[in-house]
Amino acid sequence: MRDASPAKTYALHIGVIALLFALNFVLPDYHQGLFARIMALAVFAMGYNLLFGYVGLLSLGHAMFFSAGLYGAGLTVHHLGWGVPEAFIAGVACGALLALVIGLLALRTTGVAFLIVTMMFAQVFYLLILYFAAWTGGDQGLVIQQAARVVSIGGASLDLTNPTVRYMSALAMFAIVLLITLAIVRSRFGRVLVAIRENEERTKMLGYDTGANKLAAVVASGAICAASGAAYALLFGYVGSSFAGVQYSILPLLWVLLGGAATTLGPLVGTLFMYYVTDITSGFTSAYLLIVGVALILLVLFFPKGILGSIRQRWLGWLP
Amino acid sequence: MMPLLTTKGLSRNFGGLRAVDGVDFALMPGEIRAIIGPNGAGKTTFVSLLSGRIRPSAGMVVFDGADITTMPAYRRVRLGVAYTFQITSVFANLTAFDNVALPVQRTLTDGRSKGQVRNGVMAALERTGLADRAGTLAGQLSYGHQRLLEVAMGLALKPRLLILDEPTQGLADSEIDNFITLVREIAKDATVLLIEHNMPVVMQLADRITVFNFGKILAEGTPEQIRANGQVQDAYLGATHD
Amino acid sequence: MHFGPHLLLAALEGLVTSAVLALTALGLSLVFGVMRVVNVAHGEFFMLGAVLAWAISTAIAGHPAVGFVAALAIAPLLVGLVALIAERLVLRRLNYNPEGTIVATIGMLYIIQQLALTFYGPEARPVEPPFSYRILLPWFGYSGYKLSVVAASAILLVITWLVLTRTKIGLIMRATQYDRETAQAFGIPVERVYAGVFAVGAMLAAIAAVLIVPISQAHYLMGQDPLLLSFIVVIIGGLGSLRGTVVAAILIGLSDGIVSMFFSPTLAKIIATLVVAMVLVFRPQGLFGTTQR
Repeated sequence: MRDASPAKTYALHIGVIALLFALNFVLPDYHQGLFARIMALAVFAMGYNLLFGYVGLLSLGHAMFFSAGLYGAGLTVHHLGWGVPEAFIAGVACGALLALVIGLLALRTTGVAFLIVTMMFAQVFYLLILYFAAWTGGDQGLVIQQAARVVSIGGASLDLTNPTVRYMSALAMFAIVLLITLAIVRSRFGRVLVAIRENEERTKMLGYDTGANKLAAVVASGAICAASGAAYALLFGYVGSSFAGVQYSILPLLWVLLGGAATTLGPLVGTLFMYYVTDITSGFTSAYLLIVGVALILLVLFFPKGILGSIRQRWLGWLP
Repeated sequence: MMPLLTTKGLSRNFGGLRAVDGVDFALMPGEIRAIIGPNGAGKTTFVSLLSGRIRPSAGMVVFDGADITTMPAYRRVRLGVAYTFQITSVFANLTAFDNVALPVQRTLTDGRSKGQVRNGVMAALERTGLADRAGTLAGQLSYGHQRLLEVAMGLALKPRLLILDEPTQGLADSEIDNFITLVREIAKDATVLLIEHNMPVVMQLADRITVFNFGKILAEGTPEQIRANGQVQDAYLGATHD
Repeated sequence: MHFGPHLLLAALEGLVTSAVLALTALGLSLVFGVMRVVNVAHGEFFMLGAVLAWAISTAIAGHPAVGFVAALAIAPLLVGLVALIAERLVLRRLNYNPEGTIVATIGMLYIIQQLALTFYGPEARPVEPPFSYRILLPWFGYSGYKLSVVAASAILLVITWLVLTRTKIGLIMRATQYDRETAQAFGIPVERVYAGVFAVGAMLAAIAAVLIVPISQAHYLMGQDPLLLSFIVVIIGGLGSLRGTVVAAILIGLSDGIVSMFFSPTLAKIIATLVVAMVLVFRPQGLFGTTQR
């Protein structure tokens, strides 16, 4: 938050992006695929972090924004035959619009009520997907054909099912959202969001329309989560109702808590860590939910600041 | 001269309690006005009605000729009504710099340049003597410095009316002297309305004093007049032995 | 069957749902009212009660009534013990911080669910009802056991109400609910009250589950619907109000029974959830609650 070291901050973020770029050429096939998935979902976590970490609003309904992007992109490709870029934009627009409506309603409440209201709206969204199974494929979901996942620019065509193209596309989106997040956090808007988290009443008395600022944050957060969902649909070719379930509202919370709330790189660290813990332990146990549950409790008991949050507190005060 | 702020029949009930009861009040531009009165007289409720933190049950508030009775608090702040809290409520987890940057960045209209914010912040911190603590987390400042930071934040809003709610509470004597100098300086370009219990501070600073009792105005006048007022002595000065 | 009897049947089914829901929601409401903790794992305590009831009743040979009574006595106690341990190990260490406890109870939800899946399995299993007497109405026969569930729930609700309003324990709980610090200053062992309330809340859910297993089978995912419905009931009834909770449970149970008999259950759920969300947005004190100021 301080202006002390912008150069160091930018160097760190560019460095992380460069490292991820380099990893594409080193990682074995399996891990290359896993990393693409992690980067796409880390964007989901970054969107969640914007609201939870910086504004301090705990939502349990972000699966609806993710799946608004997922279905916004997936259904336009599947039913309307739209191209990849148009479908991606449609997905993000769906998420932003939904976030605007939900924000206008849910922000009338605070604290625990906000959490329950967002959870209920997400539940409605989930049930709507099941109800309109004729279009959405219900709980079976829809598979997006490989032919529909090719981007043609001029003469060249990019096949999103190609592992390297997929990795690079996920990285591009991740990098853009990371830099956008960093810009927001360092901006005046970001400073106001943190002030609202710390003391909303006081922020009002400094002349800020805190309601409008919170709404803007909800919309930004919803749009970012929708971008993640849209990319997920297009890169991995599957759209399903399980992504709208309450579990996908809890996962970004877990990733953000683990990596460190209100840190720009925390969402990536948390998603990466959780994915590899699951991956490694899946060798000797199928009890995936048990690991999630234990991780949540241990985190909230012993590391409420998460990995990067603790590092920032102990050693690197300048970490954004 | 037209008053900067007036209230007509301003009232606020909490359940059956009439915390503020039909108050007619006028404040002239440029003056330093103190509000005094026993605990529970309705002083904080009254200034909260002025700042918009709570809504009146009846009556109206006029600022600079405009009716602001139903205006939300944040818009009153933008008009120039600044309020500093009775209980220190700086942003404890933000640096002193960021605390002041919040009001500064809002009053800047040109928007872009980062240097402008920095200059504005440092000016406000220097005026309150906190410049060398810009990078310290507000929660780690001493109590007296937190009160000063609170004032710096109020100043940075460039208010036309600065409302201070018990600003000297908890300050050491030496800090109080600095504070009096500071308020005099602020009053060069803003009107100051302060709730204060410390009588020597009130007598030194105030141009006029308004005395509240049971939600109503009991008396109003210059410090000399108030000192000589028998009613006030009974209700307040005598009762608290200040 | 004509419309009238059809509606009666729907209403009876709804009444059974209401009875079970009222108990479950009461547990959630107590925990929220006294401790200000939103227990997301509440539905899992319900599920645990049902699964334990199956385990206990199948372990005991002889007449089904023996196994059922044993389950009704033992399963809630075991669930209460689990809740007590969770409260000690986790919630107390978080100092009952509202957001921390939500995250922690989400964790408990996953742990309990996974353990049930691992040790109990993915099958749905029935428990035999203690008796199978059918009451013959002019139009159809109706399970006597279902009606006895309604009666049992009503008795339990009255007992809870008496304890809360007429006993010293109830007074202590209300004092703690009203103001934790003051209660502590008056020598009330707040931590013990909290532990007790959390255990009792879980036990109420477990009792409700034992009562319902003979009607709908035990399954490791059966906690989700009661959780959501309990939230709905507690919100509609006004957070922390006993009377509101019961009234809302009857309202939701009956309308759920009637609506889902005539409409698609998914659509019914969509509408119910949306309505409740709107209530929370525009009338946060609940339909039967009163404003604080």
